[in-house]
Amino acid sequence: MNERVSLADMKSGQNGRIVQIDSRVGMTCRLDVLGLRIGKKIKKVSRQLMRGPVIVSHGNTRAAVGFGMAQRIWVEIE
Amino acid sequence: MGGDRVAMKKILLMGNPNNGKSVVFNRLTGANVIISNYPGTTVDFIQGKIWIDEKEMRVIDVPGTYSLDAGDKAEEVAVKTLKGGDIVVNVVDATNLEKGLNLTVQLIKNKKPMIVALNFWDETKHKGIAIDFKKLEEILGVPCVPICAVTGEGIKELTERLKEAKISNFSYEGKEKWHVIGDIIDQVQELSHHHHTFMERLGDISTTPVFGIPLALVILFLTFKIIRFIGEGLIGYVFEPVFEKLWTPLLLKLSAILGSDGFIHDILIGKLIKGEIDYGQSFGLLTTGLFVPIGAVLPYVFAFYIMLAVLEDCGYLPRLAVLVDGLMHRLGIHGLAIIPMMLGLGCNVPGILSTRILATRKERFIAATLLSIAVPCAALQAMIVGLMGGHIVYGLSIVYGTLFVVWIILGLLMAHMVSGTSPEIFIEIPPYRRPYLTDLLKKTWIRLKWFIKEAIPFVLLGVFIVNILYTLGIIQFIGKYTAPVISGIFGLPKEAIGALLVGFLRKDVAVGMLAPLALNLKQLIIASVVLTMYFPCIATFSILIKELGFIDMLKSLAIMIVSVLVVGGILNLIL
Repeated sequence: MNERVSLADMKSGQNGRIVQIDSRVGMTCRLDVLGLRIGKKIKKVSRQLMRGPVIVSHGNTRAAVGFGMAQRIWVEIE
Repeated sequence: MGGDRVAMKKILLMGNPNNGKSVVFNRLTGANVIISNYPGTTVDFIQGKIWIDEKEMRVIDVPGTYSLDAGDKAEEVAVKTLKGGDIVVNVVDATNLEKGLNLTVQLIKNKKPMIVALNFWDETKHKGIAIDFKKLEEILGVPCVPICAVTGEGIKELTERLKEAKISNFSYEGKEKWHVIGDIIDQVQELSHHHHTFMERLGDISTTPVFGIPLALVILFLTFKIIRFIGEGLIGYVFEPVFEKLWTPLLLKLSAILGSDGFIHDILIGKLIKGEIDYGQSFGLLTTGLFVPIGAVLPYVFAFYIMLAVLEDCGYLPRLAVLVDGLMHRLGIHGLAIIPMMLGLGCNVPGILSTRILATRKERFIAATLLSIAVPCAALQAMIVGLMGGHIVYGLSIVYGTLFVVWIILGLLMAHMVSGTSPEIFIEIPPYRRPYLTDLLKKTWIRLKWFIKEAIPFVLLGVFIVNILYTLGIIQFIGKYTAPVISGIFGLPKEAIGALLVGFLRKDVAVGMLAPLALNLKQLIIASVVLTMYFPCIATFSILIKELGFIDMLKSLAIMIVSVLVVGGILNLIL
């Protein structure tokens, strides 16, 4: 079993697969349009100071995800 | 002929944000249009015309959307527009097929004749992406045309094949959507390994704090250096010489004809200073009234908008939004609010209009209030720079420093006190792309045209009213009764009331009125800060009512008045 962390705790440069999204209403739907959904392989590109957003990439898409949202997205490190 | 008009077909241009859709629109129609790298600017959709087989058709640039069901404002507009359309041109970013097809398969369900344009085709080669567009055409059952809108490649084929647009009979189960998209991609796309290009790496490291924050400071510093360079250059080498060599002699003749004195002379030319026209102090409609908006302010506004357009179109603004989000989130708005703030540095009106990109009432209220209190427009800034004369560095650091502190403190307070929610940032970070010159110029021109149309009449009106009020002795009268506030709290001479009153019409004219008062540096600084913070100019005021509603506008105004009294008073005590 691979290590499982939230997107917020994942280290920059790490790759992983989204395994769980503790969603609030509407959040899954918003994530979905930029391709962030369960099963998706992603890479954490960077994080910001002061609990700022997390940048994730998959393919040629990059998205900035607010810190609180990132805490509710669970990733299995690969 | 009238019948043709009614039957004119509507072509809808639809696709994700940041996929070059607006450039496609420009290519198809050659019409004026604003394009941007951030979501929101095209919420009011833009129309143009195109001739196909000698028939005129309407082309509508629909706001960029990722989907038809997630329910933000752009999507609502998109869904509504879709119902009235005849043909859909679906622009898809070929370097990002999955995201594009998500919208494509949803559009297909609406059973409109459709054609797919695969944009950024040239980039797919650098990125190791091979797409079999013929196969995609076969699967989707609608024409698929590879294009590169920036160079114009494929646009001709796209227009030729518009008439082949057809209703797809591709069908799938809603919940199977991502499987279906995955299947399509497996069939049509092949990826080969590619090394990250320099631009991609730069794109990624400019969102890391260690590299991104210094980079942001350098970029902002350079941006303002260039704005000043362009602005001062235009004023010094173009506008001032034109006014002095060509306009002044004409005015002097007119002045002589009018007898160098009298009511009409005062309104049109103003006061002659030692027998000469002084564009800063004469204060006539044809002297100061024309010089302030055209000679002193327009060059800076032009320089500002061209630089902002470059930052937008190359894809830097979303990165800036990410870097400042941590701070902005504490102010009850998120990083994307940097866009209204930057626009506001040009003119508060488009700034406040663009607060629509924020999702909740709370965010819009905070952003609009912060903008109208603590963000000086280019016109105001240009005049303040002129006013500071030999004390530019010291004077401006205190003025900007104070406004920045006010911006932060008010934001922190409002984040806690305004009811409602501030959702977190969730945006796409587009790749860096070279700006497309035609679009840069078009966008700058549209914004400039807006400035000329809105600002010049207000400046003229302002100067006119000031002259009337002075002649009737009204300003002197109000000055007498507001003196306790003006001199007691702010430490300004009571003559400054004229400027404060005019500030409601135009802030740049107001600053111009301070020039003849011979204020000392401390008073200049206080006057600049007070003029920035107190009452927005009338154009901003009317937009505030429109965007916030009357009650919220009053709240915003109350915050404004309290803050200006507090801040002006504090500055008067500590400077």
